[in-house]
Amino acid sequence: MSDLEPLAATLGPLVLESRELSKTYRIAHGVQLEAASDVSFGLYQRAIVALVGESGSGKSTVAKLLAGQEPASGGSIHLDGEQIEPARRRRFRSHKSDVQMVFQDPFSSLNPVHRVSYHLERPVRLHRGARTRAEVTAQSAALLEEVRLSPPEHFLAKFPHELSGGQRQRVAIARALAVKPRVLLADEPVSMLDVSIRLGVLDLIADLRSRFDLAVLYITHDIASARYFADETLVMYAGRIVERGPSEALTQEPAHPYTQLLLGAAPDPDRLGARSGNGHARAAVGRAGSSLAGVTGCRFAARCPFADERCRTQSPPLVPISRRRAAACWRLDVAAPALAGALGEERGEAIKT
Amino acid sequence: MSAAATANQCAERFAGEPPAAPVLEIEDLSITYRSRDGDVNAVRHVDLALRPGEVVGLAGESGSGKSTLALGAVRLLRPPAVITSGRVTYRGRRIGEGGFDVLAASADELRRLRWREISIVFQSAMNALNPVLRIRDQLGDVIDTHMPLRREAKRARLESLLDLVGIPRERLRSYPHELSGGMRQRVMIAMALAVEPEVVIMDEPTTALDVVVQREILEQIAELREELGFAMLFITHDLSLLLELADRIMILYAGQLAELGSALAIRNATAHPYTAGLLDSFPSVRGPRRALSGIPGSPPDMRELPRGCPFTPRCGFARAGCAEVTMKPLTVGEGHVSTCPFVGADELALARAARREGAAR
Repeated sequence: MSDLEPLAATLGPLVLESRELSKTYRIAHGVQLEAASDVSFGLYQRAIVALVGESGSGKSTVAKLLAGQEPASGGSIHLDGEQIEPARRRRFRSHKSDVQMVFQDPFSSLNPVHRVSYHLERPVRLHRGARTRAEVTAQSAALLEEVRLSPPEHFLAKFPHELSGGQRQRVAIARALAVKPRVLLADEPVSMLDVSIRLGVLDLIADLRSRFDLAVLYITHDIASARYFADETLVMYAGRIVERGPSEALTQEPAHPYTQLLLGAAPDPDRLGARSGNGHARAAVGRAGSSLAGVTGCRFAARCPFADERCRTQSPPLVPISRRRAAACWRLDVAAPALAGALGEERGEAIKT
Repeated sequence: MSAAATANQCAERFAGEPPAAPVLEIEDLSITYRSRDGDVNAVRHVDLALRPGEVVGLAGESGSGKSTLALGAVRLLRPPAVITSGRVTYRGRRIGEGGFDVLAASADELRRLRWREISIVFQSAMNALNPVLRIRDQLGDVIDTHMPLRREAKRARLESLLDLVGIPRERLRSYPHELSGGMRQRVMIAMALAVEPEVVIMDEPTTALDVVVQREILEQIAELREELGFAMLFITHDLSLLLELADRIMILYAGQLAELGSALAIRNATAHPYTAGLLDSFPSVRGPRRALSGIPGSPPDMRELPRGCPFTPRCGFARAGCAEVTMKPLTVGEGHVSTCPFVGADELALARAARREGAAR
């Protein structure tokens, strides 16, 4: 079968790659939780890739593994094609500065007893070679300008509690930029901000990725923002990637039943006044998927309206359904007939060649 | 569904409904937080009437005073918050002709008003359950306090309450930590409905939940409202939710009214630049990609508000006269008011369309 050519790969060279990354937590005696299993994808320079899923789907675990905050249970991480091993200290330290994170909660990621200037001083000294007081201030001010906090002198002297949520998140982004990263992992960077402020912060990240040639992973539970903001979207469910593809195609014509459920649940201003439920969301109510090890079959099967016997016993692999898209579902012919039709033809061709 | 079809459906919903007397009426309410650094006028001269069975959405950014307004209306504010002006009248079926003056009520009278007549579901409600009490006992407490029942009747009531919010009856014996976040939020909703209040205030009830769970809970709330007929004040910063859920929407900015109208009018005949900014803030998953502008700047510092209209520094339509605006509600359509005297619905629609064109290029 033809290999998947991710849209993000057309935008820039590969920077950070996750190959069959897995993470298992022991949650009780003999009980293991597979927070992430066989997660493979690449982050490319100047491309934004969104990782979408519910809480507990494992999306933050993937970010922690990529940032080197936790060791993986299986699989590997490659930066510029070279495998990252936490045991090799020097290489790993440079990995940590190449890969920076922005967290969800700007209220707890800044130290409340220190001014903004303090948060920028250390990275500016260590990574930008600032030596004198004046250099530190000038470079810190320049960073604040980059995240559009002006006048910077005004903000350098502020304490976190004197800033709004959006301003704090901008400081957190400035701090990440200070170490000159090549990859930015943004874990729900706007979900705690007001709806009206979110767009500004997302636009800022999009703008920075072009100006600083960043590879960006945008982790979110809001698939609508992924459509607008990310070039490519990966949908995660119970520790696995169940669908991936260009954001626009994936949101407008979802293949996997779970992606369909997510899209159906998103608020729709055009559904004004239509209070009673719509088919989508009702199709698969129930609890979030179990990531417990030893569960056989597709992890979405219990909530899936299309599940059959095979779904409950065999885990579906993530296979390409077109040049740019892939899905992990046995019942695509029923769940997304239009897409599955194309797949059949392509498979036919693949066999011929 | 096309916009026209939706509009028809809306018209049908409202057709033939006589304008009933409001069950909760807030008039000229002002609330101030006193502090050493100066007073913060969190809510300023707000009027809001909630009719029986109606869903009114209250939208605004953090700090816009939406929660303060709702808490003030049921006198749940603590010092340093002070109600400095206004009247709140509750006219439930169980209350006499003249209504119930909430602001003049004694502590004892308030205790009878709360829960039995007006109940609240808070944003962090799922953490508001007592971790060492079973669900049964916590729900039971509400019933014992406000509507005592015999043992058998009470058990039946508890079971029907869990049925109502879609939780298996066995869960009555569970402790809060044994339930998921969504289930705990449902328990809180069950608790709010336990003694059949006529008004339910929901303060960001789904903000901490996942989209799929949020959708389930919102549908549940809408169904319950149809079934039980309570009126609802629904507070959120997410206008996209309200457009689906609410009959009427009130937009607050810096503690003052910006715009109030039917959900349809708010969406299709937007009359205040701030509302337009909110509408252009959220991406949608369906339909063509719209140009999004968001709202520049940050929510205002309530201690240093500009003179006149507080939205002026962030407004794309700001002009010299904005500093003289008195923030009086001006009628722009039937049941539709805006406090912006300069920008009309047509001008806003044109500007937004032009921006969309520009983005589509």
